[in-house]
Amino acid sequence: MPKREDIKKVLVIGSGPIVIGQAAEFDYAGTQACRSLKEEGVEVVLLNSNPATIMTDKDIADRVYIEPLVPEVIEQLIIKEKPDCVLPTLGGQAGLNLAMELEESGFLKSHNVKLIGTGAQAIKKAEDRLMFKTTMEKIGEPCAPSMVVESIAEGVEFADSIGFPVVLRPAYTLGGSGGGIASNKRQLREILENGLRLSRVGQVLVERCIAGWKEIEYEVMRDTAGNCITVCNMENIDPVGVHTGDSIVVAPSQTLSDKEYQMLRSAALNIINELGIEGGCNVQFALDPETFEYCVIEVNPRVSRSSALASKATGYPIAKVAAKIALGYTLDEIKNTVTGKTYASFEPMLDYCVVKIPRLPFDKFIGARRALTTQMKATGEVMSICDNFEGALMKALRSLEQHVDSLKSYDYSKLTMEELEELLIIVDDLRIFRIAEALRRGIPRQDIHELTKIDSWFIDKIAILCEMERTLSEKPLTAEILKEAKRLEFPDSVIAKLTGKDEQQIYDMRIENNIICAYKMVDTCAAEFEAQTPYYYSVYGSENEAKRNKDKKKVLILGSGPIRIGQGIEFDYCSVHCAWAFEEEGYETIIVNNNPETVSTDFDIADKLYFEPLSAEDVKSIVELEKPDGAVVQFGGQTAIKLTEDIMKMGVPILGTAAENIDAAEDRERFDKILEECGISRPAGHTVFTAEEAKRAAHELGFPVLVRPSYVLGGQGMQIAINDHDIDMFMGIINRFTQEHPILVDKYLQGKEIEVDAVCDGSDILIPGVMEHIERAGIHSGDSISVYPAKTISERAKATIVEYTKRLARSLHVIGLINIQFIVVDEDVYVIEVNPRSSRTVPYISKVTGIPIVKLASKVIMGSTIKELGYEPGLQKESDYYAIKMPVFSFEKIRGADISLGPEMKSTGECLGIASTFHEALYKAFLGAGIRLPKYKNMIMTIRDSDQEEACEIAKRFEAIGYKIYATRGTARALNLAGVEAQTINKIEQESPTLMDLILGHRIDLVIDTPEQGSERAKDGFVIRRCAIETGVNVLTAIDTAKALITSLENSDIRELTLIDIAKI
Amino acid sequence: MKAYLILEDGTVFKGQSVGSTKEAISEIVFNTSMTGYLEVLSDPSYAGQAVVMTYPLIGNYGITPDMESNKAWPDGYIIKEISRLPSNFRSWGGLNEFLIRQDIPGICKIDTRALTKLLREKGTMNGMITTDEAFKTEEVLQRIKAYRTKDAVARVTCKSRFIADDEDFKSWTPSEKEADIGNKCVNSSGIGKGSKKKFRVALMDFGAKRNIIRSLQNRGCEVVVFPAFASANEIIGNKPDGIMLSNGPGDPEDNKSIIKEIKTLYETTIPIFGICLGHQLMALAMGGKTYKLKYGHRGGNHPVKELVTGRVYISSQNHGYAVEAGSIDESIGKEAFVNVNDGTNEGFIYARKGVFTVQFHPEACPGPTDTAFLFDRFIDSMKT
Repeated sequence: MPKREDIKKVLVIGSGPIVIGQAAEFDYAGTQACRSLKEEGVEVVLLNSNPATIMTDKDIADRVYIEPLVPEVIEQLIIKEKPDCVLPTLGGQAGLNLAMELEESGFLKSHNVKLIGTGAQAIKKAEDRLMFKTTMEKIGEPCAPSMVVESIAEGVEFADSIGFPVVLRPAYTLGGSGGGIASNKRQLREILENGLRLSRVGQVLVERCIAGWKEIEYEVMRDTAGNCITVCNMENIDPVGVHTGDSIVVAPSQTLSDKEYQMLRSAALNIINELGIEGGCNVQFALDPETFEYCVIEVNPRVSRSSALASKATGYPIAKVAAKIALGYTLDEIKNTVTGKTYASFEPMLDYCVVKIPRLPFDKFIGARRALTTQMKATGEVMSICDNFEGALMKALRSLEQHVDSLKSYDYSKLTMEELEELLIIVDDLRIFRIAEALRRGIPRQDIHELTKIDSWFIDKIAILCEMERTLSEKPLTAEILKEAKRLEFPDSVIAKLTGKDEQQIYDMRIENNIICAYKMVDTCAAEFEAQTPYYYSVYGSENEAKRNKDKKKVLILGSGPIRIGQGIEFDYCSVHCAWAFEEEGYETIIVNNNPETVSTDFDIADKLYFEPLSAEDVKSIVELEKPDGAVVQFGGQTAIKLTEDIMKMGVPILGTAAENIDAAEDRERFDKILEECGISRPAGHTVFTAEEAKRAAHELGFPVLVRPSYVLGGQGMQIAINDHDIDMFMGIINRFTQEHPILVDKYLQGKEIEVDAVCDGSDILIPGVMEHIERAGIHSGDSISVYPAKTISERAKATIVEYTKRLARSLHVIGLINIQFIVVDEDVYVIEVNPRSSRTVPYISKVTGIPIVKLASKVIMGSTIKELGYEPGLQKESDYYAIKMPVFSFEKIRGADISLGPEMKSTGECLGIASTFHEALYKAFLGAGIRLPKYKNMIMTIRDSDQEEACEIAKRFEAIGYKIYATRGTARALNLAGVEAQTINKIEQESPTLMDLILGHRIDLVIDTPEQGSERAKDGFVIRRCAIETGVNVLTAIDTAKALITSLENSDIRELTLIDIAKI
Repeated sequence: MKAYLILEDGTVFKGQSVGSTKEAISEIVFNTSMTGYLEVLSDPSYAGQAVVMTYPLIGNYGITPDMESNKAWPDGYIIKEISRLPSNFRSWGGLNEFLIRQDIPGICKIDTRALTKLLREKGTMNGMITTDEAFKTEEVLQRIKAYRTKDAVARVTCKSRFIADDEDFKSWTPSEKEADIGNKCVNSSGIGKGSKKKFRVALMDFGAKRNIIRSLQNRGCEVVVFPAFASANEIIGNKPDGIMLSNGPGDPEDNKSIIKEIKTLYETTIPIFGICLGHQLMALAMGGKTYKLKYGHRGGNHPVKELVTGRVYISSQNHGYAVEAGSIDESIGKEAFVNVNDGTNEGFIYARKGVFTVQFHPEACPGPTDTAFLFDRFIDSMKT
């Protein structure tokens, strides 16, 4: 079927801020889809509140709106832009829910807008638990016995009838929010209560627990003519019970025979046919490992995290094809861009094995429960490709960048056998290391299988790795053994450790024996057809397929690895733009990255893509083959920066700011010297290694002090200490891993925090804008609300900032980007941090100023000057708009995580509010972050003493817009004295009704709880905050945020928002 | 033990021996299926060929009761890695033991992707698998080049006529218990035997896969299996409601006498359904031409388009020869299916009522079952 002629202008809805369960994969899908639509001459209007995405670039869509994803905004946007269609299936659950709301309300119909791609009826059939079950029954596809309940009583009755344990899944939530497994009535009540509330429609599915079955997924495509294909199937190594997003996943399935494979494949096609999917779809099955019995777990009628993974695992561009299908094409009309010869109507065949490991945020949330459940917790993931499973697993492990390079990276050797066996049952992110330990101790594979329910095939593969560890540590290292160890992807460093040699010796022995890795192509067809895709992975012991291009200058661009708190999608944005800029100047671009969710790992972004771990050894192998003329490290976050020294040792010039200058910014003593030379002040501080030294430093500086390791990102391990006890604790945490670099102890200054990104060409600088944080210093910049242009500092302070930026950029010899954070106390400007690299704020400031910073920086790196590029150096003219970047958190997903803000970053994503007035921008930013008030006009305040004066002011203003305020005794007293009619409410340990009752009563809009600084956090406060977050109540922990919120509420109205086309800035 | 794969162009791959250690010279072909190695090994169409599996991890689920015939047929087996621990509830043993029992020589730990690319670029080649380290290239190459697949159909067809029943499917499985498990599974996945026999189908066994027989039985057919060299009259005399021309190995043009008999069958009014070699033989009987593809189609992912409806199906394929689409007069037969990838012919529908043939494998095993509806069409044609 040819393209539909009635589609001229399409509205694409993105997925909004990055939260757990909805990450960069939708930027990848959305970007691919938008480009695919534009290729067909369709005008694309894009709506997404996330400014860090590539899809919100003006070169991706024709009209770009970075506005809150709420129905009111889309309605206004449809009225303004008059698209004829909406494509809702590319923006994850957020985009889909929104489109469904508009469809159900009749808005789309009344404005003559069609949904394209999978239709509303199909989406409903797949998403609505009851309709889905009925549909499955109709076509004879089994589901686990289940019932949709709308009350706790109903749930208990049904669970009693089918027996515990039962799985609970709330309808219409993302990442399985609020779900879980209940083994008894108490747990059932607890989870059910929460789930019913979180569900958009107040429904929770209670079903027979099939924990322990194999979890198998199929990625399927269907076109309007009914042609169906499966792109890929995937097997979760962890059996049913762990969210697939938190599971180690392998593609294709490894332990299914053709009978099982085809049985489930046919079922998947049967299902999408019945649902009437038009585009991509994900079907999840549970398969009894002892029979052919299976059940359908879930269907996602849209592109998903799994489809991004499947696209990268196979080379089949699911989102692109889905977009073409939405335009009316059939699969056999869409070219397979990988081969250029075949069509989209085929099924990819792999001749390699793919392993995905989730990146879990427990390094950020130390107190959180590590247990993996049906509630997804991972912030990102890594993927690896190899021709054997063991190798793929080893590569994926070291791609995580969590101080892991082998199965020995977590030491369980001190556990007793009993403890170990007990811990094998615990499902968490470290279980694989315990399984390895169990195998080393000789616990039979069968026993481990019985305890973990992980298929013996996988356990045997882990055993093979453990056997190699033993061989390496016990036998003399022969070329034969080395060859096999490399085939299994043991890094040289691990081989060195195990054999008692040093890394160089291992490397030399490899070279001597010609044990070097080869690169194979991902070609969708197992070499059956010649392919053009420059998409490679490494293996040992095979013929190399990657050819070095001798004619062109080559640049190596290092990506930023898995999405984690502190290093998110923004660095992918930078890497991609860097690649484009270099390409424009005639370079051959080579990207190395391991994150399957991102745009940078799409095979048509760079000239060559190496899907590899970002370790020095892996990069070195690529360098030895490609011999690039230079490498760019400043766009890939800390992941790339950390590799600077190694890359220089490989003889590759670092393009842009030199390595020694990058180092100078991080090395305290050198940096102090530079500041002194520049005549710039910084808060006093010292470098230390031990807790004793730290305490001495703190006493000299006077508490409070900031304690943090150098060379970190996202303020990892950074804390404000107010006494010796805090210092002991923080130093203990930091020193869990051996620190190569000293720890910094600085005087903590309270003032306004200002941030600047600048491009420097060696003599001139260009500052697109000055950003100001709403929260005072002490809260990580990534967790602060950032306002452009800076609003409350004087012109004099601004001038000082520009001047300091210039001096610093020059004395650090920055070529490219620099990010500087300042504290302004009255008119005094202090520097608190300098990062000679791209930062989190780069995409946002680029978009609101219309200045393509990464492109400029890349061109400067290639030798152009700012003037040559057509820009006047210095601070650029302020934009006509206020733009506010609002952090977004995923606290509800991580049980046991403390949500109070501090120097350690905790947000997972961000959204933008842009408007011609500050208040409207602020209102939009809060709205985009999901804070939609007022509802019930009840709020709770528990305020620390030092904030009470300001709190009274804020309370009055909330009262003025009609809020009833509840407060704990101390706060209430202060509020009452200030003339606010706050009602005292009992603390948790006091008698009922307490705070907790109030929160659980679901009539509370907002909790403002400012915890005491330092570690002496009241247990009470922690419980209140967790309880509120898990109940879906907004919680603010900084007084400045509260002030901003009330300001936005006083001044704005959702019905009167003006929408701004970013593409026109 | 070391093993070598020597190709007729002189390329040598060094690997490790699996299965039997005997020497084998054969035509080397590759299959891209990711699952179904056992079905591939037991497919009689591979007689006279050695198979390379492009998927690198083979033997993961061991040996299950999923045989498509009573024995393994390829002359050799070429893989990257053989699983140390087979794991599946139906598995009763490992692939290596199986290859040894079946006396199939194999080689593993070679770069199967490099080999596949070579076959893709240079076309299907002959080769030798040997464990003799002292082979003399000159001497060996001559023998390799001289190899021709001969009398392939005669090697694989049944010796005498029989009515297919369940015993045929049990005959290979090692014990009663395993046979039970196998049958139960087969039934639960919808591939078991049917109950009431409504039609009699005469199957010309050129090397038929079991699932062709099962697919017919499941649809209520009694299947009478005839040796490939049975005469048309013998078949007609059996009064079948339909005639099934099975898949099979070798160059279709080698089967002159069979082609003649098929011509006679065409002249009756009995519905005829042909698969793979059956499809090619029917085409030859109707004056068509076949030719050897550069490297064939072997795998479970080939898109075929039905020209009448425009629908595309993913099919299981295993053929080295194809029918030249324009070689049959439009008044005799019309092209019914084409391969979406390379446009080669995938099926014909003939002017004589009830005769249609496909190049691909609707019986799957291994591979997708998307085109199983063709068996229903065949049944429908017997009804009218």
